[in-house]
Amino acid sequence: MSGRREDRSIYQPELATVRDRKMLNETELYLRLSMDSGVLEYKPGQFVEVSVAGIGEAPISISSSPTADDGFELVIRRVGNVTNAIHKLQTGDKVGIRGPYGKGLYPVDEVKGKDLIFICGGIGLVPQRSFIKYVLANRGEYGQVTIFFGTKTVAQRLFASELSEWDKLEGVEVKETVDKPEEGWGGEVGVITTLIDKIDKDIRDAMIFACGPPVMYKFVLLALEEKKVKAKNIYLNLERKMKCGVGKCGHCQMNNYYVCIDGPVFCYSKLKDIPEAI
Amino acid sequence: MGIKKISKDGFSGLIEGLIAETTVIGVQSKGDKFVYDLLGSSANLRLDYDVTILPPKKYFLQPAEILLRFDGEKYEAEFDDEEFVLVGVHPYDMIAINQIDKLYSEDNFDSHYMRRRENATVIACDVARASENVFASSMGTATVSEGFDILLTDIGDFYVAESATDKGEKLLGKAEGVSTAEDEDLKAREKIQEENKKNLNKHKLGCKPSELPGLLEKAYNHPIWEELGKKCFSCGSCNQVCPTCYCFNVQDEVNWDLKSGTRKRVWDGCLLDGFTKVAGGHEFRKSRADRIKHRIYRKGKYVPEKIGGEIACVGCGRCVGACLTDIANPVKIYNRLIEDIGIGK
Repeated sequence: MSGRREDRSIYQPELATVRDRKMLNETELYLRLSMDSGVLEYKPGQFVEVSVAGIGEAPISISSSPTADDGFELVIRRVGNVTNAIHKLQTGDKVGIRGPYGKGLYPVDEVKGKDLIFICGGIGLVPQRSFIKYVLANRGEYGQVTIFFGTKTVAQRLFASELSEWDKLEGVEVKETVDKPEEGWGGEVGVITTLIDKIDKDIRDAMIFACGPPVMYKFVLLALEEKKVKAKNIYLNLERKMKCGVGKCGHCQMNNYYVCIDGPVFCYSKLKDIPEAI
Repeated sequence: MGIKKISKDGFSGLIEGLIAETTVIGVQSKGDKFVYDLLGSSANLRLDYDVTILPPKKYFLQPAEILLRFDGEKYEAEFDDEEFVLVGVHPYDMIAINQIDKLYSEDNFDSHYMRRRENATVIACDVARASENVFASSMGTATVSEGFDILLTDIGDFYVAESATDKGEKLLGKAEGVSTAEDEDLKAREKIQEENKKNLNKHKLGCKPSELPGLLEKAYNHPIWEELGKKCFSCGSCNQVCPTCYCFNVQDEVNWDLKSGTRKRVWDGCLLDGFTKVAGGHEFRKSRADRIKHRIYRKGKYVPEKIGGEIACVGCGRCVGACLTDIANPVKIYNRLIEDIGIGK
């Protein structure tokens, strides 16, 4: 195969092998994969198109940190045809991967030395985890790290043991909340904004990274506004139907931006000029 | 490259020769309308047509095309490398193809589209008859200066034939009945082109095309979008017939062995329900008003920002005729906005 760009297809998946799999809860599958040829190089905030032959492709955020040297990790919620098929994959199985895609606009270098607050709604923890782990691997370069994680139920929690390990680290604080608690739940109760409301220090200089379902952003932004956080300090990781991943198919477009090639992480000061964003 | 003239008999002979050796697609009549289709005889070629039902885009970005084949595990890209000649492309459609060329070659190079484009020889022709809804004059797309291999202009007994590429030059070199284009021939061509710049204008845009992005800048919250949204059937006809619409969906088809199969891309449209729906059911652009607005903004503002300012509506007028509820006419929308908001700064 020659190096001519005309000979390559931007839609061709490369094969990866499932190295490890486990269910994190009833609907979320954790996969650790490695590319059969070469290494997947990526930045926090980027995603891949996972391809199941005969079913299709789904855009999935990379959940591991680029600092990890043992493949890459994905977490897939069982929600449609493709993700249901992905859930059937066993260790040793092959799966198609295209990417990584997106600019992965987490300002990895710009926020060095700053306090970081991660606001994660449900599966929104998954893409954030890539940057969280990156920050923890370069711990000395960042300030205080606060992680808020909210789910509907206790059963829907993800990476619970990892969260409690992080919480033990110096300069790291993890706070969880659930909407519908059950007996024995020791964390907060309520939607994710209850954690923001309870912040009792000045967070105007902190950098905020939020990822969650579309409905979460409106309320998170209102709560942050109450705390006088400026738009330029807030980054949101957006979900869209990213069918092609390469800025052609048009599905993920919001006004003049393509989430797949311009995001999916956007600074809120930019999103303010994109009415279709939130 | 040069401008010559070719007798109509000579041109027919050239087409017959091409039909004998390669795939030739040309404009032909279908009922009282015109279509691009496989050409069996030069006698069926209708360069006097007004507009085709679908634009020639369908030969580069096919309604359904195979991107990949899979055998259950491995994926193999598939490219369509059949050479073909496309005859009769009007200037506005040529400009639309030029725009999609940019969009599919820049950033991430789409070799499926681009290889098909390279395999094509395009013989364009100036418009001989204005269609019912054409407004190319308003959009500055009544004439074209690039993208084609040969451009024909019907000046009576002859076509003036401008070759713009080696491919075009070679093709004309093979033809009989080619002679030097005299001053009077060039003048005749210029007259036709100048007239087309004025007369392909059944709907008159009340501003310069270059003023449309600025106009839309101020129109985001205008009531017109809700008004149109109430009438829209969300059928996607405007998308289907548009020469500059290039969105697609991707679908897998599995063979009887339930393992091997193909991954295809198929046309999609931003007016259709579900275009922005993600797994789990959330639909990001749910209201029809927003979808109509998106179509107009994409043509008048978003795509122009990607391709150096060119407006991505070429004034073919196909959407005007295709729309079931008669609301798709971009000129009507733009003129209403001009009336209500004005184009001044």
